Amino acid sequence: MNDEKIKEKIAEKVKNMPKSGIRKFFDLVIGMENVISLGVGEPDFVTPWNIREAIVYSLEKGYTMYTSNKGLEELREEISRSIERDYGVYYNPEDEIIVTVGVSEALDLATRAIINPNEKVIVIDPSYVAYKPCVELAHGKALVYSTNIENGFKVDVDELERIVDENTKAMIINYPNNPTGVTYTKKELEEIADFAVEHDLIIISDEVYDKLTYDSKHVPIASLNGIRDRVIYLNGFSKAYAMTGLRIGYACANKHIAEAMLKIHQYTMLCAPITSQFAAIEALKNGKNAVKEMKEEYRRRRNYVYRRLREIGFEVVKPEGAFYVYPRIGINGEKFAEELLKKKRVAVVPGNAFGSSYRDFIRISFASSIKELKEAFDRIEEFINEIKIEKTI
Amino acid sequence: MENKDVEILRMLEEDAKLSISEIAKALELEEEEVKRKIREFEEKGIILKYKAVIDWEKVGLERVCALIDVKVAPERDKGYDSVANRIAGFPEVKALYLVSGAYDLSVLVEGRDMKEVASFVAEKLAPLERVQSTTTHFILKRYKENGIKFFGEEDKRRRLAISP
Ligand SMILES: Cc1ncc(COP(=O)(O)O)c(C=O)c1O
Repeated sequence: MNDEKIKEKIAEKVKNMPKSGIRKFFDLVIGMENVISLGVGEPDFVTPWNIREAIVYSLEKGYTMYTSNKGLEELREEISRSIERDYGVYYNPEDEIIVTVGVSEALDLATRAIINPNEKVIVIDPSYVAYKPCVELAHGKALVYSTNIENGFKVDVDELERIVDENTKAMIINYPNNPTGVTYTKKELEEIADFAVEHDLIIISDEVYDKLTYDSKHVPIASLNGIRDRVIYLNGFSKAYAMTGLRIGYACANKHIAEAMLKIHQYTMLCAPITSQFAAIEALKNGKNAVKEMKEEYRRRRNYVYRRLREIGFEVVKPEGAFYVYPRIGINGEKFAEELLKKKRVAVVPGNAFGSSYRDFIRISFASSIKELKEAFDRIEEFINEIKIEKTI
Repeated sequence: MENKDVEILRMLEEDAKLSISEIAKALELEEEEVKRKIREFEEKGIILKYKAVIDWEKVGLERVCALIDVKVAPERDKGYDSVANRIAGFPEVKALYLVSGAYDLSVLVEGRDMKEVASFVAEKLAPLERVQSTTTHFILKRYKENGIKFFGEEDKRRRLAISP
């Protein structure tokens, strides 16, 4: 078979799916030397030692077998306990919690479990890169609503009212947000919850950055009155515990939804890796201090980066969580990122990777030491001064 | 002490080369304020010194260290303090602790070679009035000091430069 013929074999849906902006940019960066990257979506910390030690111990013990589809009972119990302790929401470890291969898998399960062909799901832009593809791969349609920087990237429920229709099944929310770092207050969440009730929507809530909230206390939307059963709560260990490569997360939902998700999970994944499940147990049991220390460090970096961006004069919303900031730079973000990389060896992600209407934005990740951030921002400042001079000539 | 003060100290303890400007930005303070606070810490003897942590083994100028357990007969009214003060004065003594258990003082002594350390113990430490006995443990290998590991470095280079 020649290339063209092979290509014909690819499913239409997949063929037509655009290559992610992140991957395009990744291809540019790879092979370049002396690059400081602010394009990273994962912690620069190594997984805390007690967690790594627990992994080694589990391997020594020979724990390399399958677990139950749902995940180890001990882990589900720890997850249940931690959510109840931190947020006052109870999920039954028996039939309302599924341990997944990261939030990524949980998101895939959630969308596939609830979407019928052509049903719509509201996605709030700028958004994490996987939401729209997941909805589409589940044969749904993404109903994109774009927030704007003037409103601090917050959801305006009146505008949601304008786009929602009978065919809308669910909405995906994510706070603290990737790429903006914005989070929601209880009051804002109540408005979203009311909207969901009024239109009978399921809320898929990606709260993977909950523990990295800097100025307030995180409120899971499932903790609001009367909303829990229409929420699919997604969380994981990648960010707060610096466990990205261990690929482990979980989904919590009403038992009927959980049961539906489990059906897909058991045939596509069977179970999450047992080694990572043991790591997750240790993280929940003894990880608090490490999380706190990392969070304090991220907060300082957040402050540092925010001031540098303000000094440069970019329009910017102060991130309240996660480790990203999403400034408007006033010129084409793709070009800016490309030139910045070529001229100054600093990598950032063009803003339009997170929504097509954010052409003059970039995403900056502050999962790097203050020393590296300083060097990167010194280079960015130099670069901007050079552009300014070019313009005046 | 207020929170920001502690944070300034923590940041400097981690990296004493951080500039005033970096600290100010990271803690949402004005540079003048940070400068004033650090001066205060120095004046009050809260910040005692700024030092580099050096792996002398790599330089090839490794020094010999020993931990010495010392039994002391405490002095009336003064307890261990005056003996400790006399021991601490020697430049060979890098650290000195009063400890609970089978002996009283734990002394970290550094010298050019084993002979130098041994003669320090024999000539200076053991003969001190009130010192009843000493047990010397030479340090054979340093694995971790001041929270810094000397081996088994973590490799962070595999982190992807761009990820979602
Ligand atoms: C908002 C958001 N959701 C989900 C993920 C994926 O997380 P996991 O590693 O748990 O699959 C990421 C990772 O970048 C993210 O930023």
